[in-house]
Amino acid sequence: MHSTRHSHLKRLEAESIHIIREVAAEFRNPVMLYSIGKDSGVMLHLALKAFHPSKPPFPLMHVDTTWKFRDMIKFRDETASRLGLELIVYTNQDGVKRGINPFDSGSSLHTQVMKTEALKQALDKYGFDAAFGGARRDEEKSRAKERVFSFRNAQHAWDPKSQRPELWRVYNTRVNKGESIRVFPLSNWTELDIWQYTMMEKLPIVPLYFAARRPVVMRDGAMIMVDDERMPLKQGETPEMKMVRFRTLGCYPLTGAVESSAVTLEEIVAEMFTARTSERQGRVIDHDENASMEKKKKEGYF
Amino acid sequence: MTAPLDLKAYLAQQENKSFLRFLTCGSVDDGKSTLIGRLLYDSKLLFEDHLSALEKDSKKFGTDGENIDFALLVDGLEAEREQGITIDVAYRFFATDKRKFIVADTPGHEQYTRNMATGASNSDLAVVLIDARKGVLTQSRRHSYICSLLGIRHIVLAVNKIDLVGFNQVIFDDIVKDYRAFAENLGFASLVPIPISARYGDNVISRSPRMPWYQGPALLDHLNTVDAESDLAARPFRMPVQWVNRPNLDFRGFSGTIASGAVRPGDAVVVAGSGRTSTVARIVTYDGDLDEASAGDAVTLCLADEIDVSRGDVLAPAAARPEVSDQFSAHMLWMAEDELLPGRQYLLKVGAKTVPAQVTELKHKVDVNTFEHLAAKTLHLNEVGYGNVSLTMPIAFDPYRDNRDTGGFILIDRFTNATVAAGMIDFGLRRATNVHWQALDVHKRARAGLNHQKPAVLWFTGLSGSGKSTIANLVEKALFAEGRHTYILDGDNVRHGLNRDLGFTDADRVENIRRVGETAKLFVDAGLIVLVSFISPFRSERRMARELLAPGEFIEIFVDTPIEECMRRDPKGLYEKAVAGEIANFTGISSPYELPETAEMVVKTQGRTPQDCATEIVRFLKKRDIVP
Repeated sequence: MHSTRHSHLKRLEAESIHIIREVAAEFRNPVMLYSIGKDSGVMLHLALKAFHPSKPPFPLMHVDTTWKFRDMIKFRDETASRLGLELIVYTNQDGVKRGINPFDSGSSLHTQVMKTEALKQALDKYGFDAAFGGARRDEEKSRAKERVFSFRNAQHAWDPKSQRPELWRVYNTRVNKGESIRVFPLSNWTELDIWQYTMMEKLPIVPLYFAARRPVVMRDGAMIMVDDERMPLKQGETPEMKMVRFRTLGCYPLTGAVESSAVTLEEIVAEMFTARTSERQGRVIDHDENASMEKKKKEGYF
Repeated sequence: MTAPLDLKAYLAQQENKSFLRFLTCGSVDDGKSTLIGRLLYDSKLLFEDHLSALEKDSKKFGTDGENIDFALLVDGLEAEREQGITIDVAYRFFATDKRKFIVADTPGHEQYTRNMATGASNSDLAVVLIDARKGVLTQSRRHSYICSLLGIRHIVLAVNKIDLVGFNQVIFDDIVKDYRAFAENLGFASLVPIPISARYGDNVISRSPRMPWYQGPALLDHLNTVDAESDLAARPFRMPVQWVNRPNLDFRGFSGTIASGAVRPGDAVVVAGSGRTSTVARIVTYDGDLDEASAGDAVTLCLADEIDVSRGDVLAPAAARPEVSDQFSAHMLWMAEDELLPGRQYLLKVGAKTVPAQVTELKHKVDVNTFEHLAAKTLHLNEVGYGNVSLTMPIAFDPYRDNRDTGGFILIDRFTNATVAAGMIDFGLRRATNVHWQALDVHKRARAGLNHQKPAVLWFTGLSGSGKSTIANLVEKALFAEGRHTYILDGDNVRHGLNRDLGFTDADRVENIRRVGETAKLFVDAGLIVLVSFISPFRSERRMARELLAPGEFIEIFVDTPIEECMRRDPKGLYEKAVAGEIANFTGISSPYELPETAEMVVKTQGRTPQDCATEIVRFLKKRDIVP
């Protein structure tokens, strides 16, 4: 079934394009969740390839918690305007009013309200019946178990114990009113694949992935960057300028940096080969509780 | 840090590695997840944070005392870790110097066979694990059979836990002999038995010194070198059209993934369904036009002529076309809790095409232990059967053995949207290509005009004793008095003749309704108003009958009487018997009645006379212009 005449990345690329086209052809109202990171960048690029010379027949949507790195927001807006794509930015205004933030509310509540709830609100508001996400199976144990086309009930919940069988590349895209499907075109990509592809295709990425001198403080074993004046410093905490970069991007108070001198894509990839920890290690939200990701996904998290 | 030059060389090497997708399968507790955990661990593909989580988890959930429980690396769901079992397939990635691998770790419990099939459908090789202490079990056979059915040609027979039988060669040889005896008819191209201990790593990454009698390769050596490549690129060109690419009036392309073969600009192609031909003008991609594209490529083809092509069509060479038919025979693996109902309409999806379909005739099911063919009227969860499938329109396909993409299909339940079956097309049925519709000169409209009425089906559904037949009878009398041409098909009466051979199982009820629907259709064609009085408890079958007719011709009348009232009336004494357990499968008592959701009319009978109800229906028919 698989031909080795094609290089590894070309094979992955074709598989993802197939998935993306299938969604455009079968769903009434799909959307691509764009989270600005390297995986989203690859996914978006694949969508451009899938429909060329047409534009992707769906909008991009970013669920903005208002706590993303400033560089991310800039990159997001530049990308949408450079490509001429429709971009929906959604924020849970109720959460903003309640003053939910990662410092006082805790990472768990913040993520629940500003990411999970916000996403559900946005999907309901626009009536999207399919949403692309850039998640990969190598990221996390419960992701490794998820289908490419992952069914969500009308409450946006995932039931990992009764997933639809998924054979060959024949995807069951049928949903009733209110139900939806999360689609993961990058399911079979690894972190290394993403970087290699980014390099091969010369894709622009948020500068935060490259090492630079940035102000950071140590908190609970993670290096947190002081990205704006909203970050309350604890007694005795003084931001230190360090040469750091980020392996994943999210809300700045919840994303740990790594010390690095990698200032080119080549150096980032080279660094990966010597990495002894996974990229998610820098994410504060995954360590909250056991089987954390599965729990969040059952509740509607991407 | 590595110098940039080395990096380039390294990346080039990464890119040119070959690729293998395989699965691990076999009975529960044979050590599938442990084996994969061991492969990842020993090939040093685990990050430190994953390792420390594993050590923590091993203490909490581990089944291996103080040792690391490798299964916890892949059993990622909470329920799996609690119960120490694998429920769903997990996909893991690893690589050696030569190859990249995607491995599907599939569950061993019979209950989760559909998840095992999910993992097998995209694999080229299966590692079948067998517990050396237990030998070949029913699940080993079932999984091997399903692998064979799904077209896997290469098997590794991993006899695991060999340490627990003292590395005994005789035990190993006996198991291999047992396995070969039943696997010889499964059409595997290679079968490599390897004695291993997943827990201690013997013969997993490298040859174990503890089994000098074993001369074959270690598991990873074999996975590294086995040639499991298919010859898809050498087969005839096929591309199911996924999406019609139309950015502006000047561009019309057909996007899809090439399922087999290759295509070049200038090649003559045919749209398999319509038989229209053209030539390939361009192969368009984001990275520029290509001189050639082959199996696995996702491309957009532009044709030289403006011919009708839409999603679901298959492009092929004119000289090597796929079959086109509305009937074929196929193997089916049933994957739903609800049993297969022959005659019920499901949706069938093959490639990019989705059509309504029914299983018309189930020839047999397969005993996975003996591979014997058993007579069957239905298929239950995890059963494999063979039968005929009939579609509402012809589609293009290939036998599954020639092409997984154009020969593999799924069946979808029209109400729950669940994927209920995986199917593998065996061959097209000739009958379908040779029986053509007889075009008739005197047609439905002409006959109806002579009768001064619009032909229609009044479909009375409701519980036994709800008053369907009584009311239908009165409606017919009223219509007759006005000079209309009518006919009544009554459930009980039809069962005395046309449907005498049918019982009351779910499968028979479906067939009962199918025949009545087809009969009603013929009478409508004859210009009559047909009154059908049938319990018809299932939505799917009422919908099937509805879809046999033109829009507006089918009028569903729900005779709505509460079951308590029906039981009180009990005109034929049936409820009394059903409650006493003397009648099996009695609607409302021991068999479900699915309430109509799309009925044109709901007639509540309680507190009204049947005549009153009949008058209401006749009034409705006049309003709808069925009768003047």
